[in-house]
Amino acid sequence: MATSHIASSFASSQLLPVRRLRAVPRRARVLVVQAKIREIFMPALSSTMTEGKIVSWHKSEGDWLNKGESVVVVESDKADMDVETFHDGILAAIVVPEGESAPVGAAIAFLAETEEEVPLAKAKADSGSGSGGSAAPPAAAPAAVETDGKVAATPAPAPAATAVADGPRKTVATPHAKKLAKQHKVDINKVVGTGPYGRITPADIEAAAGIQPKKPAAAPVAQAAAAPATPAPAAKASASLPPPLPGSSVVPFTTMQGAVSKNMMESLSVPTFRVGYPIVTDALDALYAKLKPKGVTMTVILAKAAAMALAQHPVVNASCKDGKSFSYNGSINIAVAVAMDGGLITPVLQDADKLDLYLLSEKWKELVKKARAKQLSPNEYNSGTFTLSNLGMFGVDRFDAILPPGQGAIMAVGASKPTVVADKDGFFSVKSKMLVNVTADHRIIYGADLAAFLETFAKIIENPDSLTL
Amino acid sequence: MQSSLSLSLSLSTPLSTKANSSTPRSIRFCGLRREALVSNLTHRHRPVPPQRIQRSRVPVSCASTSSNGSSASVKGGFDYDLIIIGAGVGGHGAALHAVEKGLKTAIIEGDVVGGTCVNRGCVPSKALLAVSGRMRELHDEHHMKSLGLQVSSPGYDRQAVADHANNLASKIRSNLTNSMKALGVDILTGVGTIVGPQKVRYGKTGFPEKEVTARDIIIATGSTPFVPNGIEIDGKTVFTSDHALKMEWVPDWLAIVGSGYIGLEFSDVYTALGSEVTFIEALDQLMPGFDPEIGKLAQRILINPRKIDYHTGVFAKKITPAKDGKPVQIELIDAKTKEPTETIEVDAALIATGRAPFTKGLGLENINVATQRGFVPVDERMRVLDANGELVPHVYCIGDANGKLMLAHAASAQGISVIEQLTGRDHVLNHLSIPAACFTHPEISMVGLTEPQAREKGEKEGFEISVVKTSFKANTKALAENEGDGLAKMIYRPDTGEILGVHILGLHAADLIHEASNAIALGTKVQDIKFAVHAHPTLSEVLDELFKAAKVLPSELLIRPKKLVSRKFLREICCLTYCKLSSLPIFEAGN
Repeated sequence: MATSHIASSFASSQLLPVRRLRAVPRRARVLVVQAKIREIFMPALSSTMTEGKIVSWHKSEGDWLNKGESVVVVESDKADMDVETFHDGILAAIVVPEGESAPVGAAIAFLAETEEEVPLAKAKADSGSGSGGSAAPPAAAPAAVETDGKVAATPAPAPAATAVADGPRKTVATPHAKKLAKQHKVDINKVVGTGPYGRITPADIEAAAGIQPKKPAAAPVAQAAAAPATPAPAAKASASLPPPLPGSSVVPFTTMQGAVSKNMMESLSVPTFRVGYPIVTDALDALYAKLKPKGVTMTVILAKAAAMALAQHPVVNASCKDGKSFSYNGSINIAVAVAMDGGLITPVLQDADKLDLYLLSEKWKELVKKARAKQLSPNEYNSGTFTLSNLGMFGVDRFDAILPPGQGAIMAVGASKPTVVADKDGFFSVKSKMLVNVTADHRIIYGADLAAFLETFAKIIENPDSLTL
Repeated sequence: MQSSLSLSLSLSTPLSTKANSSTPRSIRFCGLRREALVSNLTHRHRPVPPQRIQRSRVPVSCASTSSNGSSASVKGGFDYDLIIIGAGVGGHGAALHAVEKGLKTAIIEGDVVGGTCVNRGCVPSKALLAVSGRMRELHDEHHMKSLGLQVSSPGYDRQAVADHANNLASKIRSNLTNSMKALGVDILTGVGTIVGPQKVRYGKTGFPEKEVTARDIIIATGSTPFVPNGIEIDGKTVFTSDHALKMEWVPDWLAIVGSGYIGLEFSDVYTALGSEVTFIEALDQLMPGFDPEIGKLAQRILINPRKIDYHTGVFAKKITPAKDGKPVQIELIDAKTKEPTETIEVDAALIATGRAPFTKGLGLENINVATQRGFVPVDERMRVLDANGELVPHVYCIGDANGKLMLAHAASAQGISVIEQLTGRDHVLNHLSIPAACFTHPEISMVGLTEPQAREKGEKEGFEISVVKTSFKANTKALAENEGDGLAKMIYRPDTGEILGVHILGLHAADLIHEASNAIALGTKVQDIKFAVHAHPTLSEVLDELFKAAKVLPSELLIRPKKLVSRKFLREICCLTYCKLSSLPIFEAGN
């Protein structure tokens, strides 16, 4: 049904293709119009149509038209349609010949009521009072053509060659950029291209037209390294950044660094808060001194302690996956951040609350070995439910960690240092003290939860005998 | 259940009556064979037992389908009854049918089983198009919203897309291999060369060559992408469909030289994955070869709203791959004046200018056959013609290598036609009944003549043609899918009701065309098929709409009033039988 009669749809709309052109006072001075000469103009055949192309005239100049008769076939952006006349009359002059286009509302022909009026209508057409014509400008930017029939368009030039005619070319614009330029009436010759090889990209046109660029239609998620000869897209990114200082160099991320970067950006969408807690570690240090010869490290002791505390506060071991619910984890898996050459990885001590210190130590050694050799299986680095980060060995006394996606809390442990403390009786003494700082997702873990968890954790550290049970 | 049983019974009765009542009518039911009747059998080069060419219901006695005819010893001391050179879709189709007919068959494959279609053509491209179709849907926010769906920023993993295409190809390839092995077709590897009448040499390079003899030989060596002079292929930035299907990268801006099926399908894939595309077409309009009306609508749906522009009426005289920090350079010249028009710069160029037959090294000179532009000359029965236009006995050529109709299923149909002839049943394939499809979104499909072709034929042979059209917007199922874009048109003879051509652009057009192609193949007339029932609501009603809209002039009825009477009579009988039979089971149930 590409061609269909559209009379009915027009009868009710004000976009009647035939407009009465009685003697308009404004024009009367120029052109004395006494008779009824009607203008047939380009109808809007669809909501998105801006211009139409004349496919064929069913009638030729001088033919008598009956009301309701199909006069012309118009090609819109959607289909070819027959356009009918709503008045009887003589087709006096065709302004837009077959194969040419006119904007919606422009006169495409004149209709005279009687023979005598034909010359008058012809004169109107010749004098160029009919706008439109197919003056498709050679450049891609069509001039805004007024539709009230006032703007004089010189008689239509010979049909412009289609897409090929481009004039002298130096500007290179991508197909979509050309389409956008036409749509937004941007003169493409005045746009400076920022794309590869200085070509004009859709983004350039949008910038010139003052539009917020939309997201690219389809961006590959994993752009392969195999792309041969693709110009680096750095040009675009650097547009908003200051130029690099002389002597600087740009080193792209490794896969691992990329993953870290991605995780860190994701963490910005989680509302976190932090709670710190001082813990006296004299008893812990004594225990560590005893266990060290047996191959137990401080990291493992802290992981075990955290796991035992988490067992009593399951909410801190939970995570918020969808922003609507708590996801309680069935096991307590402590991920421990390990710095590596050019990266960071978090091997996971699974079921840390259930295994004893010696088993955990063995497991930990194995994990670290695998991590250095980059042989960890995914399950060994992404199954953590709580993360422990310890910078104490470097003398850091306190720091603050970023919550990894998918977990509820992360603990940052500083160095244990001798500190003067006053006990409840007011006696001063020197004790080793370390500061732990927990970052948590406030959607599921509230301040009191974290405080209670830290209190339990501190008790375990201060009375570490339970760790060896 | 009961009623449906009775219905099928009732229908069979009048049909057989019809067929018996008048001889010419029986031809109508086997239109494929009518061609064989019309064309004379003078060129027959192997004695075919004179038998009545008609559709017999007696099954042809043949060896069990799994035995490859080995039980039936090969007559005349040949190694095989049939050797097929080339294991593409054409060779495969011929091999399967040959075994079914009891011929001892071998197939020689020089590269990989499956040929172009399976490994470098239709099959992997369908995998990519399946991806592009979904990407299109997911990105069409307006479309999704109108269905009430919300999708956030879909993306894709290029390697996974490429793997999908590759995996599909290997799966289909192993299916083809297994199906031939299961039937006992001998698969010989190496390049096959005809060394003399009924003798073929084959072998891989570097291995000793072997010679086998066969009573008949089918050449099915297919084609390779055609690359015009002046175009330098580097496989990375200037490439053919062979490389494009591997999907090694997705360029930002791709020029496609040629806007036929292959170019159009790739434009669909690449624009869905985010590329911008520039078509370069030598003819004055895009999509030459399509029915003009379909082409026009296709341009509106598949080109204009997408990130595609085009240069028509120009040749790509020279294409230089990207190197030394320069992009791909394409020098265009006017197709008529040969004057340089402009040079365009793009990130990559895909050459889709058609395909060239692959017939080198076949040893055609040994049987005095001269190729024409590389194609092997054949007659309408796929029998190879030598340099003097004489038939070469026992040698046939099917598929792209003969260039009659370069489509995988056409090759297979030609192969089956040859086997029919070899086993004593003359057969001429009606190429006008072979459908073709372009798997863009939406799809385009066609069978038979285009409107201008039909008009020309009508003028020459003195008959009128009529055209009916319908829109997918009038189809309930298409509207339910929110895919109302599309058009179906049928060109037919108003005097006889013969269907001359059907062209469809719209959702699942490639699957819809077969009702029309079968009707053409079987010679079914519009006035008959219009009574066939289509399930509602389905896309198949688009064709139903066409059949019902067609007006067959009553002149036929006026000239031969007898026919009218007989048909009316038959219909009455049909009615009566139906009532009677349908009432029977009820009686039984009552008892």
